[in-house]
Amino acid sequence: MTPILVAEGLTKRFGALTAVGDVSLDLRPGEVHALIGPNGAGKTTLMQLLSGLLLPDSGRILFESAEITRASPAARARAGLGRSFQITAVVAGFTALENAALAAQVTAGSSFRFWRAAARDMALTTAAMAALEEVGLAPRAGVRAGDLSHGERRLLELAMVLAARPRALILDEPMAGLGHAEGIALTGLLARLKTRLPLLLVEHDMQAVFALADRVSLLVEGRLVITDTPAAVRADAAARAAYLGEEA
Amino acid sequence: MSTPPLQRPSEHPTIAWTLFAALAAGGLITGDAYLASLLTKAMILALAAISLDLLIGRAGLVSFGHAAFLGLGAYTAGIAIEEGVEETLTILALTVAVSAGFAAITGAIALRTAGVYFIMITLAFGQMLFFAASALSQYGGDDGLTLWSTSTLLGTGVMQSDGGLFLVILAMLALGWLVAGRLAASRFGRVLAAAKEAEVRVETLGFDPFAYRLAAYVIAGVIAGVAGFLLAHEAEFVSPATMAWQRSGDLIIIVLIGGMGTRNGALIGALAFVGLEEGLARVLDEWRLVFGPLLILLVLFARGGLSSAIDAGLRRREAAA
Repeated sequence: MTPILVAEGLTKRFGALTAVGDVSLDLRPGEVHALIGPNGAGKTTLMQLLSGLLLPDSGRILFESAEITRASPAARARAGLGRSFQITAVVAGFTALENAALAAQVTAGSSFRFWRAAARDMALTTAAMAALEEVGLAPRAGVRAGDLSHGERRLLELAMVLAARPRALILDEPMAGLGHAEGIALTGLLARLKTRLPLLLVEHDMQAVFALADRVSLLVEGRLVITDTPAAVRADAAARAAYLGEEA
Repeated sequence: MSTPPLQRPSEHPTIAWTLFAALAAGGLITGDAYLASLLTKAMILALAAISLDLLIGRAGLVSFGHAAFLGLGAYTAGIAIEEGVEETLTILALTVAVSAGFAAITGAIALRTAGVYFIMITLAFGQMLFFAASALSQYGGDDGLTLWSTSTLLGTGVMQSDGGLFLVILAMLALGWLVAGRLAASRFGRVLAAAKEAEVRVETLGFDPFAYRLAAYVIAGVIAGVAGFLLAHEAEFVSPATMAWQRSGDLIIIVLIGGMGTRNGALIGALAFVGLEEGLARVLDEWRLVFGPLLILLVLFARGGLSSAIDAGLRRREAAA
């Protein structure tokens, strides 16, 4: 199967520090590909390179066979590569519905519309409600995002990414700061999503990683140590020593 | 389905329409020429402030050169009239084109920067225009240009009669107010407001904030340009002072007094500003000594400006009822 997202030999240096060194990985249709590694391993830098917030020093990135190595974050998103954040980035002054509707604007016609009230735009509202429904936030649609709980904001973040109808998703620690029950609910949601949307997942929660992932890549000091099935990675002695030691 | 908008009580259209009616009464019915000229000045400033609030309040772009557009509109009208163009609509179209052009070019450069640099670069563009106007010796240079006649609207004298001009200015103000409200609630306005609060989020959703901000800058520039066009007709005189940085400062102060991100606020702020300036000047020679500290107190203690005070008042009344 042709991978939807391909990174080839990505390298990013900050001065003398090689944050990401010669990393190649891909994301295939229908899978969850989890990226794990200790703090400072370069996971976040790699996410930034893939979503366009940083540009690599060398290497290239292909999305649906088109090169996007130097494309802007906005262009990547419009092409269908969605991205959620580790630090929740919702618009606090907007309601949950308005946040999701904003995301829906990306794929529901031009946003250079100056006159008609966006709140009365049925195409936006329908798409936004569907996304809120999907993550279970529909009853909270009218609440200001700033007044939602942390867990709800994480879900809203995901709803926003979904409302833009992406064809692949990069999720940066979606479980961060969630309670146990919320984490399990989100794991279920992501498992449902992956059947129609491949997910590249950076996650610290090993339980979630091993429950969800079809393949796991381990990043240590900016380098990719292994990419394999969860079972194989778990079995890998080097991996255990490098990262899973205290958790496995 | 739709959720109830999170509208502030002070943003209720009734407040603005009441003010428009009061302005019409004050300017047309009382027959007080002095009051009418004061209200005209306030209305023109209000129109410019509403446009500046689109930038400051909605888009988070603090432009310190907004009076440049006021001056640009005034000079476009003044020079066109001096050169023999008589039709109001032709001059208005020229004003729109010149303001949009200047906004597009300077905005494209200024919007490469953010924060303090944006403030400084817009100030620099404003000063550039100020000195350019001062050097226009064939159009009065430093002294400004007196207009011996103003334009004619479709061959009529509407723009030359005091009452007609007052109504045109009031109508333009109401139109600007309407446009600002529609813009804020539109798809475009949402992207703009979201980019102010969460720029990276908006970018990673697939919007290019620069394009939206530039469009907002051009729209605001055109509205302020039209305000300048009206100013030239009202004063029958244009001078570089119109686009001095102090005037840009006044506009920012009006937005702050009224409350950022509220079109009613810009309206109320302009009326309060002109009223305060005029009232203090009557009782005190050194009125600026009082005016300055008053503004500082207002900014310190009424963070959201007068519209926040109105919000609080209306909410209290609602709670009591």
